[in-house]
Amino acid sequence: MATDTPFPDASPRAAPKRGSGGVRSRKAALRLGGIVLSLVITLLGLIAITFFIGRVVPIDPALAVVGDRAPKAVYDAARVQLGLDKPLIVQFVNYVKAVATGDLGMSVSTGRPVLQDLKEVFPATLEMATLGILIGIALGVPMGVHAAARQGSLTDQVIRVVGLAGYAIPAFWLGLVGLAVFYARLQWVDGPGRVDIAYDGLVTPVTGLMLVDSLLAGETDIFFNAIGHLILPASILGFFSLAYIARMTRSFMLDQLAQEYITTARVKGLPERIVIWRHAFRPILVPLITVCALSYAALLEGSVMIETIFSWPGIGNYLTVALLNADMAAVLGATLLIGMVFIFINKLSDALYNVLDPRAR
Amino acid sequence: MAFTDMRSWLLDESPASRRQARWGRIFRISLAFRGNALAMVGLVIVLALIAMAAFAPWIATHDPIAQDTYARLRPPSAANWMGTDELGRDIWSRVVFGARITLAIVILVAVLAAPAGLLIGAAAGYLGGWVDRVLMGITDIFLSMPKLILALALVAALGPGIENAILAIAITSWPSYARIARAETLTFKNADFIAASRLQGASSLRIVVGHILPLCTSSMIVRVTLDMAGIILTAAGLGFIGLGAQPPLPEWGAMIARGRTFILDQWWVATMPGFAIIVVSLGFCFLGDGLRDVLDPKSGEKH
Repeated sequence: MATDTPFPDASPRAAPKRGSGGVRSRKAALRLGGIVLSLVITLLGLIAITFFIGRVVPIDPALAVVGDRAPKAVYDAARVQLGLDKPLIVQFVNYVKAVATGDLGMSVSTGRPVLQDLKEVFPATLEMATLGILIGIALGVPMGVHAAARQGSLTDQVIRVVGLAGYAIPAFWLGLVGLAVFYARLQWVDGPGRVDIAYDGLVTPVTGLMLVDSLLAGETDIFFNAIGHLILPASILGFFSLAYIARMTRSFMLDQLAQEYITTARVKGLPERIVIWRHAFRPILVPLITVCALSYAALLEGSVMIETIFSWPGIGNYLTVALLNADMAAVLGATLLIGMVFIFINKLSDALYNVLDPRAR
Repeated sequence: MAFTDMRSWLLDESPASRRQARWGRIFRISLAFRGNALAMVGLVIVLALIAMAAFAPWIATHDPIAQDTYARLRPPSAANWMGTDELGRDIWSRVVFGARITLAIVILVAVLAAPAGLLIGAAAGYLGGWVDRVLMGITDIFLSMPKLILALALVAALGPGIENAILAIAITSWPSYARIARAETLTFKNADFIAASRLQGASSLRIVVGHILPLCTSSMIVRVTLDMAGIILTAAGLGFIGLGAQPPLPEWGAMIARGRTFILDQWWVATMPGFAIIVVSLGFCFLGDGLRDVLDPKSGEKH
């Protein structure tokens, strides 16, 4: 497979030999090259959009720096310093260069470089979204398979309802209700924040992931406390990915179960468990990976709302605080980061599909 | 007698006039639609939303912005069906008036985004070549962006408020319509009736507007209806963060945000507007599914 390089000519297998294998891997390499190219173009598009949004802000960036009582000379100097006197296209090129080197400007509200802020808050979001997607996959896939195997059963009905709920329930509302029920009434979980205040700041961030860091430090108390705080927001995110993953799994499985080779397997007298998991489930693995990747990207986006509810010190909270303070450098920096991760996961799932699916190879 | 005549006229296999054919088609679609229970539930919910918005002053029991500090945070009762909020305003009345805002949002987003997407997609599909590549390139870039985040950043730049929220949601939702319109256009583009009107000297604009766009409408109606739930959720999310409708407007998302502080003791303040959002979103989902089954059976899920 010439999958490790986007350039077909650099691949030894893609030599112009008249063999079907060579042609096929050449095609796959071309397709992967196309995906890499579209990744670059889309990322540039994202930067262009954030640049454009930065330019339509009614607030004059120079005025924001010097204040509205500054003399004209100071104001003009600030404009020159910020590069606002140059043509728009030059400003855009400079902006792309700055983003590429990690210079996202200074946050007005924290007084620190936006990139440094983002590095600190991103792991918290990553931790929550990752646990969320794990819950979604662990429950959603078996539920979807079960529902397809027994159409009309209780699981099937539940999935239908859950799928609709995933479309119709606002995530922030479910977060609030969850907090009221599981934290306040039942006291099954801990409240907002990543750990209890007593534990706050006790663990030195190594990876930024509270669960990993507390284990590295050997603090099992903090580990379990962090789980208590993490489990509810992650479950709520997990619910939304479960709704999507279960529905898609069910639909893929029904397609497979209607195929003739399944009838053959059943006629051979194979146990139903083997027919379902070994015969029908295998072929849907590849599209399922795509579904899970898309769902993961959506969770990163969905965490914005959940984080505000749970006072979770992640990128969503950072973004909403910046939004309310009209801190545009921080808003655009956070938008860029979430957008880049989102686009990257999307394109990665495209590429994975091409590598894993034997028909696309 | 007249009724059965009418029915057979409508269901005639070989209609004698265009009018008969058109009414016959509408009648057949409505017959199929009426057989779908969930779709009818959806239709009833959406009609109820429209009625609530139209007759809000008569349906509401109180003034939605009148404050009564003696009646703060009262639980649901016979006088206040959904209780009162922290300023003593009747939540039921605010939910009823909120229907106007929700309806305005979905209609305005649909009116802004659907025609824009239609035109862009149809132009790309019909003209082909570099126009197609550029337009679809831009569409794909927008499609692979996280919608909510993009809307948030746009509203932050334009300034908080319901108009800007609507604009931001419209800007993030046109690309999927453009994709559909392009796909539909490609299927009709080489049809004989298009070639015939081209030979008669019709311009590209005339062919796109007069022949291609009308053929895209049914799949567009289905898509827009299915998207309504997402639009409502995004608008409510913007309102919740404080970037959408501003107080004292009774927008459902903003109402949930205000009830957030009281969620532990006065649960009804935040929960009630949430139920309104869920019911209306579900209504649009059901209606959209039903419409897809009758208008655009090919694209539906098989199961």
